[in-house]
Amino acid sequence: MPLLEVTDLRTYFTTDAGVARAVDGVSLQVGVGETLGIVGESGCGKTVTALSVLRLIPSPPGEIMAGSSIRFNDEELLEVEPARLREIRGNEISMIFQEPMTSLNPVFTVGYQIQEVLRLHRGLSKREARAAGVALLAEVGIPEPDQRFDAYPHQMSGGMLQRVMIAIALSCEPRLLIADEPTTALDVTIQAQILDLLVEMQRKHGMALLLITHDLGVIAEVCDRVVVMYGGQIVETGTTEEILTRPQHPYTQGLLASLPGIGDRDVRLNPIPGTVPSAVDWPDGCRFRDRCSFAWERCAESAPDLLPVDGRSSRSARCWLLDPDEAAGRGAHVTPGEPT
Amino acid sequence: MTDRLGPRRSRLALSALLPGLPQLVVGRWGVGGLGLTVWVAFLAVLLTRWARFAAGWGGPLDHQIASLTVVAGLLGTWGWSMFDVSRQAELERSGISQWKLAAEAFKKNRIAVIGAVVIVWVYLIALVTPLIAPYDPAMQGPLMGRLVAPSGEFLLGTDHLSRDVFSRMMYGARISLSIGFVAVGISVTIGTLLGAMAGYLGGWIDAVVMRFVDMVISFPRLVLLIAIVALFDTQSIFLIMAVLGFTQWPGTARIVRGEVLSLREQEFVEATRALGFSRRRIILRHVIPNVLAPVIVTATLGIGNVIVLEAGLSFLGLGLQPPTPSWGSMVADGRDFLLNAWWISTFPGLAIVLTVVAFNLVGDGLRDALDPRLRA
Repeated sequence: MPLLEVTDLRTYFTTDAGVARAVDGVSLQVGVGETLGIVGESGCGKTVTALSVLRLIPSPPGEIMAGSSIRFNDEELLEVEPARLREIRGNEISMIFQEPMTSLNPVFTVGYQIQEVLRLHRGLSKREARAAGVALLAEVGIPEPDQRFDAYPHQMSGGMLQRVMIAIALSCEPRLLIADEPTTALDVTIQAQILDLLVEMQRKHGMALLLITHDLGVIAEVCDRVVVMYGGQIVETGTTEEILTRPQHPYTQGLLASLPGIGDRDVRLNPIPGTVPSAVDWPDGCRFRDRCSFAWERCAESAPDLLPVDGRSSRSARCWLLDPDEAAGRGAHVTPGEPT
Repeated sequence: MTDRLGPRRSRLALSALLPGLPQLVVGRWGVGGLGLTVWVAFLAVLLTRWARFAAGWGGPLDHQIASLTVVAGLLGTWGWSMFDVSRQAELERSGISQWKLAAEAFKKNRIAVIGAVVIVWVYLIALVTPLIAPYDPAMQGPLMGRLVAPSGEFLLGTDHLSRDVFSRMMYGARISLSIGFVAVGISVTIGTLLGAMAGYLGGWIDAVVMRFVDMVISFPRLVLLIAIVALFDTQSIFLIMAVLGFTQWPGTARIVRGEVLSLREQEFVEATRALGFSRRRIILRHVIPNVLAPVIVTATLGIGNVIVLEAGLSFLGLGLQPPTPSWGSMVADGRDFLLNAWWISTFPGLAIVLTVVAFNLVGDGLRDALDPRLRA
């Protein structure tokens, strides 16, 4: 049984322009102690997916639609009482955010903010919470944790603050940690340190990690399995190795092709043409077809489901190219470089 | 702190004798000067008014408060100075909160510091008035004592009922300041809570609160006050405090709501939700501390505003009933005698101006000190 099982998640936002289908039928599983990466460009719904898991979607305007299901440890999160939900948040599922500089309350010391979580969720006394907090700061690699405990967020660097955020997230030994672009706002050198720390902490505490990123390098370094999202839907799933070496969906292929290589400075970057369409107005049929060089009539007529790759259910992609019926006459349809 | 006074031991000795002097010598003229003057003045009060001080303990409440203020002022000044001198090193080690940064910025603003010192002094005088006032404020002297010009006997002269203007002014300060303090306390509490709830929770709560705010603000304030006060037969000080407090909060609520609307979108508020904190806890412990800076500024400016309004009500005869002295009613009393006894209206009027200007200077100083964008 997976630790987290999201089934047919639909999170819609009501806007002036219409209903934005930010997440539109996402299903995924995270096993105990596993690291699942969600990758995709801005606006593909990966952050909304993560926020939906903790039910942090502001409502209104957002709404998790009926028929969605988020099961955590065999408990339906979409149906639990608010009090139980608060118990789960921070205690069993923790989350760290993109901007460490703004993720801590500027008027309190970092120590106070660690203490608060420990006292609230673990019922420690002030003194016990301080001792535990200092130990946590030491564990996440903050030098002089006893002094740093009394520092204010503005006195620390972004990398240090992200370590503090990780310490807060770990403070109650959660079973699942959701990290929403944890390294995006940091220097490249610090990024590697923070990733190493996350992996180390995950192994040590046996947590599952749901890592959201747009950086395939991060995925390659950390994740067991990968979910590629586009247009509020999952377009491809597989192990990290499979996704990186044998991408099946044209979007995944485009993502990999657009990565700059090291050394080949004469080679121009190879971006995916066009932009992500609006969530209010996804194209009919395949949502990627306007930007896809393989698209043909069938792509405009209807959208494929996630189709198994190599006949395995753990490996799939949402593309008609994988339809066995297409395989026979494939060459006739595909006209690369000539979008419909 | 530089060690211009030699070793710590001698600074401690100096502080034990004349608290405030060690701070004054190292250039902290604001706190140093205040501490030293409070120490000297209260010692002088204790020595010259010993009989009244001793009798104060068994007297009415305001006498007890006055005697207590003198004791607390002396002990407080002495204790603060000793503590301050001995803990310098320790202070520099602990974390620098935004409040400390703001305090540093505030100290650089000379005019605002002067304003703050004036306010502290006006409050202290108001508190110890029963000990130092030369006359009973309600006591009417002989007919010959009417409209006596300022002299050695009556420092600021007497009014048309031969009451001492100086004593009445000191007693009037207590009315004006306590009304300002309590009314703003009421308005800040209501305004902050309602504004934060409206901003954070949104939806119908926001709509109801803010429409009510719009309604209250759309009335001319003085007309509203006159209408409410007129509903009651007797005007007690508590009525005036309540009426001013309950009509003052919409401004605070609006400012707080605006701040909370932008705070709500910040990641740290989302992080507290992800950590499973309750809405109540998030609003009270995480959102409100972040809006305190503008609240403090509006509160300070609001006290000046309320003092002027109270004076206006008293001037119109809708404030406290005579013979209770209040600055506004004293100005009203003297307006018929402006040509031949100018002192009756002038000195209370100056007191109003001085106090309100001091509050506004401090408010402006706080605004600059608490706004990180204006900080150099």
